[in-house]
Amino acid sequence: MTAAAFSPTGIRFKNIDKRYGGLYALRRVSLDVTPGECVVFAGRNGSGKTTLLRIAARLVGASAGEVKYQNAKGEDSVGAPIGFVAHATMVYDELTAEENLLLFAKLQGIAAPEARTESLLGEVGLLERRSSLVRTFSRGMRQRVAIARALLNQPSVLLFDEPATGLDPQGITWLAESIRQMRDAGRTILMSLHGESEISALATRAIRLDAGAVVADTKTGASLHSILTFGGA
Amino acid sequence: MVKSIIKAVILFALIAATAYIAFNYAPIEKSMGVIQKIFYIHIACAFSAFVAFGTCFYANVRYVFTRQAKADWLGVAAAEVGLMFILVVLITGPIWAHPVWGIWWTWDARLTLTFVLGLLYVSYLLLRSMIEEPDKRALFSALFGIFAFLDVPLVYFSIRWWRTQHPQPVILGGAGSGLEPRMRVAYLLMWGALTGLLILLMNARYKLEALRASVEELRREAEVQ
Amino acid sequence: MGLLSNTAVLLGKELRTEFRSRELLTTTVVFILVVVVLFSFTFDPTSSESRRFGPGLLWLSFLFAASLMLQPCFLREQNNDTLSALRLSVSDPFAIFLAKLVANTVFLLLTEVLMLPIFAVLYNVHILPVLAQLVLVFLLGSLGVAIPGTAFSAISAQARMRELMLPLLLLPLLTPVLIASTESTAGLLDANPELRWAWLGFLAGFDVVFLTALWLFGEYLLEE
Repeated sequence: MTAAAFSPTGIRFKNIDKRYGGLYALRRVSLDVTPGECVVFAGRNGSGKTTLLRIAARLVGASAGEVKYQNAKGEDSVGAPIGFVAHATMVYDELTAEENLLLFAKLQGIAAPEARTESLLGEVGLLERRSSLVRTFSRGMRQRVAIARALLNQPSVLLFDEPATGLDPQGITWLAESIRQMRDAGRTILMSLHGESEISALATRAIRLDAGAVVADTKTGASLHSILTFGGA
Repeated sequence: MVKSIIKAVILFALIAATAYIAFNYAPIEKSMGVIQKIFYIHIACAFSAFVAFGTCFYANVRYVFTRQAKADWLGVAAAEVGLMFILVVLITGPIWAHPVWGIWWTWDARLTLTFVLGLLYVSYLLLRSMIEEPDKRALFSALFGIFAFLDVPLVYFSIRWWRTQHPQPVILGGAGSGLEPRMRVAYLLMWGALTGLLILLMNARYKLEALRASVEELRREAEVQ
Repeated sequence: MGLLSNTAVLLGKELRTEFRSRELLTTTVVFILVVVVLFSFTFDPTSSESRRFGPGLLWLSFLFAASLMLQPCFLREQNNDTLSALRLSVSDPFAIFLAKLVANTVFLLLTEVLMLPIFAVLYNVHILPVLAQLVLVFLLGSLGVAIPGTAFSAISAQARMRELMLPLLLLPLLTPVLIASTESTAGLLDANPELRWAWLGFLAGFDVVFLTALWLFGEYLLEE
């Protein structure tokens, strides 16, 4: 992917609680993600993976605790650019691929938005389809637009919430290759996945969540395989 | 439990005493006759309704900034009880108007305002029934409640100006000015009794909502397991 | 990247999307037309009666149409969760509301102005001499509808029965707008046309109050 124009960023989750009514979606989750780590979160549906990622993206506020982004020296890094890719594409069907990227580039105040849009479209292989409405794209192509959107602001941190949903094997291979390049460029990556795949193989660390709490972590000795497959995906 | 029964009995006695005084102690009004006595309930209920409305607004703002469930319970309690008082105002108005003016309804400023206020309450309560998730329900109804509260003075002024340009017979107009001392006693007693009723009802509704919230919580927890 | 430039970019997107398909505009114009025509069957529009009832039913049809037209405003942002993308991209969430309410005002104004000649013909009223003033009244009135309307579109998108909820939330609240706009319009369609500045000032005040409320509380309306 693009040459690194970002600074390595780590994430610290401190005692994160998330309550909906009386129910805990997340319970005292504390994690330290060092810059450049590629972390995969595994767990059943409802275990809190999506909630944790959306809190990290600051789309959802935690009921208690805080999320902090830190540079390599451990100092707080306010305004670190973050990229978020969910299973919803988060792009407009009624606009073309190019219009979508231009829109978000201009909103984020990116310099030379047209040039950046063009370069990203090239990287995700959508240059020929730049003027087609996203509505006409296949699932795999939509994910590419989504990833291009997430990369617009040269993010130091990328958050993927079940990104492989609905992708065919070629799509998954392409996604895995993209994530591998992001990881090798030194970006910090958090992803939530179901089960083992080409994508989970990229992880440098795996964490299992159950009922909103961290129950296993490769950092504390559990094996990647057991975290990804324990109790069924 | 015993305390609330005692409170209810006291209140009942107070209201009964007030009714007696309104009918037998306060004199009969010269021009309108006996029907004027409905004024005591009509105005006191209107006052209570506005107190409830103010309480609802306070609860709404508190919820948005503190997200405490208690504030949400207070909001719905105030809205429901307030709506009840508004209904009484809207019923007693026409009951007065018919023998005096020969018509059931007139779009006079105060009554129209009360009607619109009632509609806003109803919308608030309907909105709550259409959102299942408790936190969302509390937040969005609170936000609507805040907008509705800001609207009320605007509704009042617009209706009043409009009515000065297109005058209508006024319901219970002028009855508020120059109250004879015995009438004043009856009015103050009624006002006190109904304010007491307002507080009692809101308290009961508040407790019911608190109970409902914990039942809902338990049910959701059971579902997850 | 500031509030105004974000708003401009988003406004461009809203306008471009709508003018590409024109779904909202065409259905709204047709709806108002249907309502206005149906109303005319309920009484015999002689000239003086038209002046009496015309403004009221014109604005009533605008309000009904608006409460339908404002539905998709936030609903369509739920489609691909584009609302989250916007929240992540803008510096001030108020830009999202500002852009949408300006777009909604523009759409409403367009449909109203399109309806005006048809209304004038059907109800035998003279609009040409007061056209500019009418547009001013329509502008302030449409803002009054669009500001709370956009806010409540965000609320109703989270509720069930949202097609009914939005009108239920919006219409009682818009009583002052209905009264002020009707009075202003009636003044202009009168035998001696006059611009009722007091009512226009009131409309402007209404717009300011709710714009401020939206500015203060908008970010909470976007919470998930």
